[in-house]
Amino acid sequence: MSWFSRVKAPLETGSKRAVPEGVFIKCEDCGEMLYSVDFDNVFRVCSKCGKHHVISAYRRIDLLIDEGTFAEKDQNLSSTDPLKFRDTMKYRDRLKSAERVSGMKEALVSGSGKMNGWEVEICVFEFGFLGGSMGSVVGEKITRGVERAIEKKCPVITVSCSGGARMQEGTYSLMQMAKTSAALSMLSEAGLPFISVLTHPTAGGVTASFVMLGDVIIAEPEALICFAGPRVIEQTLRQKLPEGFQRSEFLMEHGFLDAIVPRDELKRTITSLIRHMSAAIPEENRSNPRET
Amino acid sequence: MVNDKSFVKMFRMAASFLDFEKKIMELEKKLEELRAVSKGEEADFSSEIRKMHKKVNQLRLETYSNLNRWQKTQLARHPSRPYAFDYIDEMTADFVELHGDRRFGDGTSIIGGFATMDDQPVMIIGQQKGRDTKEKMYRNFGMAHPEGYRKSLRLMQLANKFRTPIITLLDTPGAYPGIGAEERGQAEAVARNLYEMACLSVPIVCVVIGEGGSGGALAMGVGNRVLMMEFAVYSVISPEGCAAILWKDQAKTVEAAEALSLTAQDLLAQGIIDEIVREPIGGAHRNPMRASHMLRRALRRNLKELTAMSPEELVAHRRDKFRKIGPYNE
Ligand SMILES: [Zn+2]
Repeated sequence: MSWFSRVKAPLETGSKRAVPEGVFIKCEDCGEMLYSVDFDNVFRVCSKCGKHHVISAYRRIDLLIDEGTFAEKDQNLSSTDPLKFRDTMKYRDRLKSAERVSGMKEALVSGSGKMNGWEVEICVFEFGFLGGSMGSVVGEKITRGVERAIEKKCPVITVSCSGGARMQEGTYSLMQMAKTSAALSMLSEAGLPFISVLTHPTAGGVTASFVMLGDVIIAEPEALICFAGPRVIEQTLRQKLPEGFQRSEFLMEHGFLDAIVPRDELKRTITSLIRHMSAAIPEENRSNPRET
Repeated sequence: MVNDKSFVKMFRMAASFLDFEKKIMELEKKLEELRAVSKGEEADFSSEIRKMHKKVNQLRLETYSNLNRWQKTQLARHPSRPYAFDYIDEMTADFVELHGDRRFGDGTSIIGGFATMDDQPVMIIGQQKGRDTKEKMYRNFGMAHPEGYRKSLRLMQLANKFRTPIITLLDTPGAYPGIGAEERGQAEAVARNLYEMACLSVPIVCVVIGEGGSGGALAMGVGNRVLMMEFAVYSVISPEGCAAILWKDQAKTVEAAEALSLTAQDLLAQGIIDEIVREPIGGAHRNPMRASHMLRRALRRNLKELTAMSPEELVAHRRDKFRKIGPYNE
């Protein structure tokens, strides 16, 4: 299901704000040369064409979570390589090299923090770590995030950016789809909101599980969101796919998204939604109106 | 409903052979010939027949206890293997098929309905491949569209309403990757099933009878018990797909199957499934009636255990079962 494993990892790595100065980055869409520091300051949205480039999990947290309030959880969870998987390379070595390149232990950052004063549990995918693929650790971290939210009665926000389930952990990876979905059914029973944010790209087993179960589902503009990747469909049908197929706008048109929200409006939109869906959220987790 | 004799005959006729079955087939043919000759002759061939019979059995045993993971995958996809409908015919009485997702279509890759099994009402739902070309097309080779999954959910919720235990039979290469499927929300359909199955308060037993193809199979696989037939496979991706992506070489299918650890024996060891249902020597297709009988016995036992649980216990049990899957270091 990981059709995006061949998509090259984004230039930017997962390390916190390690933006080289005096470097220009070329927009993937319009080719405009963008000054790296400016580009990073606007969270990698092209100032000319508005293309939303992939950003690291930590930058996403900078974007969404109030400064100084983020407390990362479960950051020591790492894969056991349960199948001793080996293709052209050992999975163990792939993990090591992903860790070296991205500076992360896994493809997801999770923790608690405030969003315009509202307490939330947030889970953000790191595409730079094995294409943001979901194995046992990613599934476990999401599930724990949901469980913490149930425990302390706060919303769950996920930001997905993933090629799908991680092949190297076999059926264990597949089962994370069921595990995360079951956890969300308990969050629902507690009357707590789950807001699912989809970014480019979100595919396969990640799309086909917790991602599509949001009380509200939001996507960034022009994100590729699919179950089967376009290449798989093209190979199956032996035909070219229409322009815009499986992009955010396409999903919205077919009734699978609540809204398409540009990056710079995400935080405000999510905060409004939390307020509207906050019946079960206790006083201590609510925003103090005087603060916001 | 097919009667027993025609059921067996149908399979004999349809039986084709895989590479590793060839030697066995040749010996079986010789044995058959010897038997035919001995009938018309006065000379006594019985000792030769006995010897030959022993030899065939020996070879079968050796072959099928030493299959590699790719060979098991081939058996799981064997064109003569019993499909969901065949098991339903053999195991249940009074099956009333129910159609449609009430939203878009019937979703013919999935079948389901109320039935009686061992005097108990059950809801039995299966992913259905086709036997001949026409049926294969009609069933879309067992690859369901969203409407198939939505139909299965509708039927499961119907069962829940009437406190009827649910049995699902999984056998699909995967959820269909196509334009219409994406337009109608394949991902949402699969996800919704995972979520809702975690909430149903009746016993659910899922059985991988052949090919457990990724999310397309799992979409009907969230049970209190998950069983696999002895030669079934269950995987995050097909060996072919895995070879193409990780090795970038279609010829590495055998290696990919090995690496994926996708057999019933692997999954039991991984703690992902609860039980393996033994198949007749050579696989379910060599004796579908016997295979059905063994599955029915396993289902009866599992359902009996589960019906002793309260609705709340069943929900908690199912959630907890999936909660525990997936190893990590901390
Ligand atoms: Zn641009």
